Amino acid sequence: MSDIAERVKKIVAEHLGVEAEKVTDGASFIDDLGADSLDTVELVMAFEEAFNCEIPDDAAETILTVGDAIKFLEKNAA
Amino acid sequence: MRRVVVTGLGMVTPLGCGVEPTWRRLLAGESGVKAVTHFDVSDLACKVAANVPRGDGSDGTYNPDQWMEPKEQRKVDEFIVFAMAAASQALDDAGWHPSTYEDQINTGVLIGSGIGGIEGIAEASITLKERGPRRISPFFIPGRLINLAGGYVSIAHGLKGPNHAVVTACSTGAHAIGDAGRLIALGDADVMVAGGTESPINRLALAGFAACKALCTAFNDEPARASRPYDRDRDGFVMGEGAGVVVLEELEHAKARGARIYAELVGYGLSGDAYHITAPSADGDGAYRCMSAALKRAGISADEVDYINAHGTSTMADEIELKAVERVLGNAAGKTAMSSTKSSIGHLLGAAGAVEAIFSVLSIRDQIAPATLNLENPSVDTPIDLVPLKAQPRKIDTVLSNSFGFGGTNASLVFRRYAA
Repeated sequence: MSDIAERVKKIVAEHLGVEAEKVTDGASFIDDLGADSLDTVELVMAFEEAFNCEIPDDAAETILTVGDAIKFLEKNAA
Repeated sequence: MRRVVVTGLGMVTPLGCGVEPTWRRLLAGESGVKAVTHFDVSDLACKVAANVPRGDGSDGTYNPDQWMEPKEQRKVDEFIVFAMAAASQALDDAGWHPSTYEDQINTGVLIGSGIGGIEGIAEASITLKERGPRRISPFFIPGRLINLAGGYVSIAHGLKGPNHAVVTACSTGAHAIGDAGRLIALGDADVMVAGGTESPINRLALAGFAACKALCTAFNDEPARASRPYDRDRDGFVMGEGAGVVVLEELEHAKARGARIYAELVGYGLSGDAYHITAPSADGDGAYRCMSAALKRAGISADEVDYINAHGTSTMADEIELKAVERVLGNAAGKTAMSSTKSSIGHLLGAAGAVEAIFSVLSIRDQIAPATLNLENPSVDTPIDLVPLKAQPRKIDTVLSNSFGFGGTNASLVFRRYAA
């Protein structure tokens, strides 16, 4: 697992209050991890903070799973 | 009008988490006022406050994780967590956990707060200035709104009846209970979860109330002596935090399910001073009319009141309330007791009226009037027994509880021992 993937999963587990083993690449924030739409907004903010990057709203809308976030950040994180 | 009774109690106060630990320590004459140590007070005039004792939940300590998931706590100001704790206790105490749709829609929530999430607002404004709008959390607004205390409680317990909130400064808790009682009396709900909550102990609120010259500043080295209603050396109120929540229930509903009835809510009065934004009118007219309205609604005369839980904040306003009470009681003043429990727990602002309503109900249950601590040298003579220093066993069937707030907003509640 890449360093970015590991950090993303840790952030997701902390913010959503879920066990680490549930945070798989395929897990959907809303359908599998109990997030609501406000949680996902905050998650994106946490990613921006942790990876020192900006995630525009149209890109944020495509980040629906843990894997989506990892992919986006591996490409765009500083 | 339908009759309304109290069937459940819950609280978080500077004396502990839970009704019984708080009540036991209150009657023992303990003070919840301490030196503030969890943030810098070196440049503040007031350096004392009455914090809720944090801990693992044992021995009456408050452990927020018992009342709200940590990931939810992160999203809200603490007044919401306090309300969740007090409401859960009250519903458990009442044995009322509505599960059918019918029961859920007949159970409502009316919890208020005086100033709500002031700490979170202060922090977010710094974030906005230093880092810009994109760093403001989506939970910033819903975690600070005053009615979200009741919102969270309703969601946690599936309460789908009237969902309302009161914001009347230091009268909030009393207005919430009074208004909730009316909703039941008028048939809008059969059960209401009602009260007040506040988490104001932070630099901004201390600075703001200090600027109003409302806070105690003369006892920074002796915190337990700082809150001293009616005493000649009093010099301002001591800020407290916590929540009080009661379960109010329509009498027949309570009887039908065999609920324990603590007392009946028989009277509720409201008035406005129309005088000044922070000071009560010097003639006590607003307080007088408020108490009179509550007694009229209760259908009782002033000489039937055994105990009064005063607003008594340990400010100059104490004497104004005292004069108004003397005027209400008339010749009965000499046989009535009145104390200010703020002498022990400080002033819980929007939660004060609810916590004090619970103390009023317990004084009927246990036939004892809690003390006015630190009342060593009364500033004026009065025929009323101010219950100085030590709790006093006495016959108590009827209690009046007063709350008066900034803006000249007044509320009085009357509780009576339940009799069929």
